[in-house]
Amino acid sequence: MPGTNDRSLATDNAIDVRDIVKTFGEFTAVDHVSFSVKVGEIFGLLGPNGAGKSTLIRMMVTLLPPSSGTALVNGFDVVTQADEVRRSIGVIPQAMTSDLELSVRENLLIFAKLYGVPREKRSHLIHDLLEAVELLQWADKPVKQLSGGMRRRVEIARGLVHQPRLFFLDEPTTGLDPVSRTAVWTMLQRIKAERGLTVLLTTHYMDEADKLCDRIAIVDHGHLVVLDTPEALKASIPGRSAESVTLDEVFVHYTGRDLRDALHEPSAADSPFVLRR
Amino acid sequence: MHRTLTIVERELRRFRRSPMLIVMSMVFPLLQLIVLGYAFGGNVKHLRLAVVDQDHSAPAVRIRELAGAVAAGARTLDLVEYADPGQAMTDLRNGAVNGILTIPPDFSRRTLTKNQPRVALIVDNTDTFVSATLGATVNALVSASNTPVHVDRIAPTTVLDVVEVYPYVPYIQYLLPGSITMSIFMMVMIGGGIIFIDDKARGLHEGYLVTPITKLELVAGFNLSGTIKAVMAGAVIMVIGSLIAGVPNPLDPLRMLRMMVVITLTAFALISLMFLLMVRVTDPLLPRAVFGVLNTVLYFPSGAVYPQAGFPGWMQVIAAVDPFTYAVHAFKSLLLKNTGFEAIGWDVLFLLVFSTVAMTAATALFKRTL
Repeated sequence: MPGTNDRSLATDNAIDVRDIVKTFGEFTAVDHVSFSVKVGEIFGLLGPNGAGKSTLIRMMVTLLPPSSGTALVNGFDVVTQADEVRRSIGVIPQAMTSDLELSVRENLLIFAKLYGVPREKRSHLIHDLLEAVELLQWADKPVKQLSGGMRRRVEIARGLVHQPRLFFLDEPTTGLDPVSRTAVWTMLQRIKAERGLTVLLTTHYMDEADKLCDRIAIVDHGHLVVLDTPEALKASIPGRSAESVTLDEVFVHYTGRDLRDALHEPSAADSPFVLRR
Repeated sequence: MHRTLTIVERELRRFRRSPMLIVMSMVFPLLQLIVLGYAFGGNVKHLRLAVVDQDHSAPAVRIRELAGAVAAGARTLDLVEYADPGQAMTDLRNGAVNGILTIPPDFSRRTLTKNQPRVALIVDNTDTFVSATLGATVNALVSASNTPVHVDRIAPTTVLDVVEVYPYVPYIQYLLPGSITMSIFMMVMIGGGIIFIDDKARGLHEGYLVTPITKLELVAGFNLSGTIKAVMAGAVIMVIGSLIAGVPNPLDPLRMLRMMVVITLTAFALISLMFLLMVRVTDPLLPRAVFGVLNTVLYFPSGAVYPQAGFPGWMQVIAAVDPFTYAVHAFKSLLLKNTGFEAIGWDVLFLLVFSTVAMTAATALFKRTL
């Protein structure tokens, strides 16, 4: 829980980001962004490719050091207390990072060991997680035999093997078919409710943000354009009732361009070496 | 420490599920051993030697009889009689014959008058192996023709006795140390370097970087697992290669133990080199390109296929800093001479120092973040 560890800094929020900046040479990927994520909420960073969402999330999970500004995750500073941050969070990166040659169970076992889950708790935990993500019957199959949606569920289980209270997901349903996407959403909502998780996810899918998130921050060109609940964002469009407005229209209203067009722009802020499968 | 071992466990589990990787990293060195060993290890035979006898007298006949004896016995030569020296020359240039032994018209007169009798050997020197073999063979039979019929019981001149300290070493055995080193290198590059960069390009490393694993644990894990895989490859080639090459007592336990020590040191030296080269690389094509270049630059200057004493100065410089050189020398001492560690002290020291320097530099360069 944030603020409960002696070494953490006092805060009521799961995440506190203050004036954070990330530059790559001359290019500014994240430009003075500030926001907070409350304990227990699902918070979405919504924007097209190249908006800076992945860069933001990578700074919060200690994959990238910020150029300036601060971020507290579970009360720990991402720069000076990086190890404490890593122990307290679960992360699902954008790329599929499971070992294809290993079985589902082996993937979870390796990460349980990396997080120092006690030996006597491992089997039970892994069993429960596989049950929660509905992969128990596939436990001993190599991950390469699973579909994309199933692999994503393996990664969700893997990210929870050490029972974190804060969960980061970077584009969790990108590349999945509509049925798999819906299955992942349902699973996330159920696991979040069962385990009392705080979730921060990035997405460029409006429907995903609308369905899952308690609050959404729209990010574009490295700036946080607007932050509110989906309902409040829709209600903020003048001359339209909230029920008739979509988040696509919200995006156009606040950024001045259509998300579909924005999605086709190349991104320099994406990981320099991630190959999407 | 437990996270290091977890990385090792993960790598070895993957390795066990990759039979093609295991096969390919061992098949190539074995193939190279067998093909090169037998391609270069045999004696050159059935070289076509044109004989142009323009003299036809007794001394010329003696030369031709001696050549015939070589053709019938060692079968180094196949003799072809030519009446026309011009035709013989044409056939030499066309490759129909490998050399021409010309006995000039005044040969017998000069022999009887002891006035510098000469025979000529004309060779196609575009093939140095063949021309050298022909030169040596014909030189030997000309020397034999100079031997007097009656010799003194006690030789008045100095005679050289060549004594071989070790049993005959066929070329395939000479190649074996290089093949063992090559198998270690291939496993390091394929099972270590290429997979490491491919995983990085797929984003797999992000999954580990977000855990509490430290930089040292991650580096140690990758390199320890790479060393284990390379040691297994080296050990397998050591055993199979020794049996194929006909090394005496191939399964001698003490020698195998010494070999395993050097295999382990070599594996760690090469994995340290690989890690230093790849630590900041992100392009999956680069290790594949580098692999091919290193394969040549490290293997041939090491003395694995040819003595370094024959190399030009610049290649000797490469050999001096090449870990292959010391590994090959150590394996040769242990395998071919069955020496102890006292004979390979410098090799062991170099490999240790090289590993330490390379791994220290690689660890310093390794980034804990993206």
